[in-house]
Amino acid sequence: MPELLSYGPDGWGDELLSGLAVTLLLAAVAFGAGTVGGLLLMLLRRRGGVCRSLVSAYVTVFRGVPELLVLYLIFFGTGALIQNVAASLGYTERINLSGFALGALALAVIASAYATEAFRGAANSIPRGQLEAADAFGFPATRRFVVIEFPQLLRVALPALGNIWLIVLKDTALVSLTAVAELMRQATVAAGSTHRPFTFYAVAALLYLVVSFVSERALGRVERRFALKDAG
Amino acid sequence: MDWSLLLSFYPSLFTGVAVTLGILVGTLSIGLVLGAVICAARLRRVPVLAHMFDGYVLFFRGTPLLVQLFAIYFGLGQFEAVRESVAWTLLREAWFCAVLALGLNSAAFTSEIMRGGVLGVERGQLEAAAAFGFSQSQTLRLILLPQALRIALPAYGNEVILMLKGTALASTISIMEITGIARRLSSEHFAPFEAFIAAGTIYLAIAIALTSSFSFIERRLV
Repeated sequence: MPELLSYGPDGWGDELLSGLAVTLLLAAVAFGAGTVGGLLLMLLRRRGGVCRSLVSAYVTVFRGVPELLVLYLIFFGTGALIQNVAASLGYTERINLSGFALGALALAVIASAYATEAFRGAANSIPRGQLEAADAFGFPATRRFVVIEFPQLLRVALPALGNIWLIVLKDTALVSLTAVAELMRQATVAAGSTHRPFTFYAVAALLYLVVSFVSERALGRVERRFALKDAG
Repeated sequence: MDWSLLLSFYPSLFTGVAVTLGILVGTLSIGLVLGAVICAARLRRVPVLAHMFDGYVLFFRGTPLLVQLFAIYFGLGQFEAVRESVAWTLLREAWFCAVLALGLNSAAFTSEIMRGGVLGVERGQLEAAAAFGFSQSQTLRLILLPQALRIALPAYGNEVILMLKGTALASTISIMEITGIARRLSSEHFAPFEAFIAAGTIYLAIAIALTSSFSFIERRLV
């Protein structure tokens, strides 16, 4: 077993570690884009009317449909869409889209649905009086948001965002099904060529566990750092 | 988007609904029973068992469901002892591995939800019950469980939806549930949008039906 996991051409240690790096990058990109997207969707929702219904529908759909289905839709669907558009423009060669980008997009879409709800909850917790006071002081809307609302929004939404990070991290494993060389994919390749599937899935699981555990610890620290101190 | 093609996919997709719901029911049953055992053992700090279950919950909550599923379905056959045991007749069946992996995963999350429910009941009430001479089983039956259930129900409703979405992973080990069928239709007709959107609406309908049932029960309990 040690030689199976060694670093170099004979072992799978380097493949697994590079897979882990891709997993972390995929999770970071999807989480970052999802958080920003969630914030924008929450702001859009506040405009009311059609915007409100559209954002609500978006959240319901992407929280209610299996992550795998969203991934398939974006992975196979976008490919077909772009191929069709290209064909109508007279370009008939096969177009290869980056599995990484499409995987990150799918995960970001799912994360943004969860993040919208996290920010909505956080926005509701900010006392209305603060916003009225900002208006009374003549703050323009942008300044009111940046100076008063946003910092509090982030702090209140922090635990929920932490959970979303953990969900995204675990969901990256699904992207292995579209042949992106992240951790799970590397484990599958190693499992196939060594006939030691349990060994490699167990090692992959352990690596995910370490990242989850470290993330949870770090999130706990950040939350305590930014926790509201009792007045007085 | 070809709407008539999309509509023509529904009859095939409906044949997968029973498979999806079957996996879901099996999963939730394992999750509830094993989750209750784990929750009880951890709250009472049963020696050895409590520590084992601490690790169990940490592992199943901290790793991707897909890894757990693959480790069980593709992984266990690596061991000769498993291949020669009686359990192998079940463990080589994809549906059994899907229910087992999802069930073990659900048990970890369900035990945490149950724990939250039990710890949410005010301690003073248990002391009061003891002061009134209630037996342990009376306290459990009349004071603790009814309130814990009410506290835990909304979170459990979420868990059920998460597991409904998790059943889609069964398609990765060749089970023809809703997502598996959608995958087949998509490649047969080269129509990913139609196939996956049709499948999505079915999941959404099931999720909405489950969510409204849970909020109905919640209203009845309050």
